[in-house]
Amino acid sequence: MSNISRDEVAHLAKLARLAVTEKELDVFAGQLDQILDAVAKVGEVAADDIPPTSHAVPLTNVFRADEIRPSLSQEQALSGAPAAEEGRFRVPRILGEEQ
Amino acid sequence: MTDLTRLTASELAAKIHKQEITSVEATKAHLDRIAEVDGAVNAFLHVDTEGALAAARKVDGDLAEGREPVSPIAGVPLALKDVLTTKGVPTTCGSKTLENWLPPYDATVTRRLREAGVVILGKTNMDEFAMGSSTENSAYGPTRNPWDRERIPGGSGGGSSASLAAFEAPLAIGTDTGGSIRQPAAVTGTVGVKPTYGGVSRYGLVAFSSSLDQAGPCARSVLDAALLHEVIAGHDPMDSTSIDAPVPPVVTAARAGLKGDLTGVKVGVVAEFSGEGYQPGVQRSFEAAVAQLKDLGAEVVEVSCPNFTYALPAYYLIAPSECSSNLARFDAMRYGLRVADDGTHSAEEVMSLTREAGFGAEVKRRIMLGTYALSSGYYDAYYGSAQKVRTLITRDFSAAFEKVDVLVSPTTPTTAFKIGERVDDPLAMYLADLCTIPANLAGNAAMSVPSGLSDEDGLPVGLQIMAPALADDRLYRVGAAYEVARGPLLDRIPELKGVSA
Repeated sequence: MSNISRDEVAHLAKLARLAVTEKELDVFAGQLDQILDAVAKVGEVAADDIPPTSHAVPLTNVFRADEIRPSLSQEQALSGAPAAEEGRFRVPRILGEEQ
Repeated sequence: MTDLTRLTASELAAKIHKQEITSVEATKAHLDRIAEVDGAVNAFLHVDTEGALAAARKVDGDLAEGREPVSPIAGVPLALKDVLTTKGVPTTCGSKTLENWLPPYDATVTRRLREAGVVILGKTNMDEFAMGSSTENSAYGPTRNPWDRERIPGGSGGGSSASLAAFEAPLAIGTDTGGSIRQPAAVTGTVGVKPTYGGVSRYGLVAFSSSLDQAGPCARSVLDAALLHEVIAGHDPMDSTSIDAPVPPVVTAARAGLKGDLTGVKVGVVAEFSGEGYQPGVQRSFEAAVAQLKDLGAEVVEVSCPNFTYALPAYYLIAPSECSSNLARFDAMRYGLRVADDGTHSAEEVMSLTREAGFGAEVKRRIMLGTYALSSGYYDAYYGSAQKVRTLITRDFSAAFEKVDVLVSPTTPTTAFKIGERVDDPLAMYLADLCTIPANLAGNAAMSVPSGLSDEDGLPVGLQIMAPALADDRLYRVGAAYEVARGPLLDRIPELKGVSA
């Protein structure tokens, strides 16, 4: 039995905001199924009593004084923008036609 | 006159600091070499001739006015992996998404290099967003291995490793999430070090898998790597995971190692990293390296790390999961590529169409795999289990380092494979990282140092040395001692001169 169907891959692509083609879906569905088969091996040793590790270095919150420091200017922040208007990022409309 | 491109960084620095040659001369020699051979290697995505010469002139000017060099490698040229931001200089991460992006700020690594008077020649090619083991996933074409241009230079930092092997630069910077410094070093006969996680700042390192990514030094000798390590390492308030502790004494350790005595050092051979799947020539090279370590006075024992075989599957859950979150920033709104912004598409459609157009196949695969592993219903079975394996691997390392000072293994199971051979088979490609991943998951330090050429195909093999977190200096002592006993390797590389179109 396969781990993941073509429809599930299409759903993942939608969640991940990737407008994949029909042809890509065919390829990715097979490959992801194969990869999931291989990585599922982690289940063999992941017993209930083992704590998870999210990070190699034990992390605590890092605090600093809330002081104004030099940062990017508005012009620098917008310098890589695909589109800008009146000192702001210009974005496409948020709502679709049907909305 | 000596060919300046054949010198090590420390030799070049000595000549520059004694004012026998200028940094401008050294820089021009490397720029000329790049112009001559890079058409055949494709190590560089961008060459910053003006910026490099300006940095070199600054070093020469300071020395001429009698000032001390600002660092032991001031004036020495370097190749910078294109995943670290450079203010006003293109930073693409090997992706179409960032094709024309000019970052408005320098990464901390970039800043430290500039402050140390290191001359940044340009930006090196890489697998897109550092996802890959061959540099074939670059949107700008593969880099070729200078030992055999039909073969891969490793990945993701294939541009950095190839630039060293092609004598285009004596120093380079790489980043290592699952082996992207060490595996390229192994297959090109160069030295690469993944420092302890948190040892080098990640500020301005475009994130792939934040809990694993680590920048480090690449060079043609262990001492050169140590000199570069000291320049880029150290605490940085701009990275909350940066370690607030002194940098391990890596240069002192490398110099001690060069004396060729490893008496009192305990070396553990990882039992799990041999056998099926390991190329016989790689295995023989590794066994010869272990024998050489014994000859140098080291005590060698076999150590079992039973969970290391689960590192690869755990990595291919953790890294894609973190990548699916990190790469959400490429949303076509604030910087980078935007397509289909023609008034008929909504923001969400523009986002999806842009990401479809901007990302390559491997990046898409990993984003979807990570999205899946993190989704409710699958989280415990996949991502949760992978995090438990991470604990088990850390425990294996802790137990091993109670018995030995360093662990050794082959860096990667085979020599450089042919371009195209694994590109459509992700699982075969992932095997290249089999031996390097445990050190990323546990966050400790690891190095690849050349262990000669495989007797069956004449291609370079790497010896991996692993040390506990914050004990990076042990890598350099053992690595330098082994290097001096083994003797030079890169002088056996086929000549590239005159290959350019």
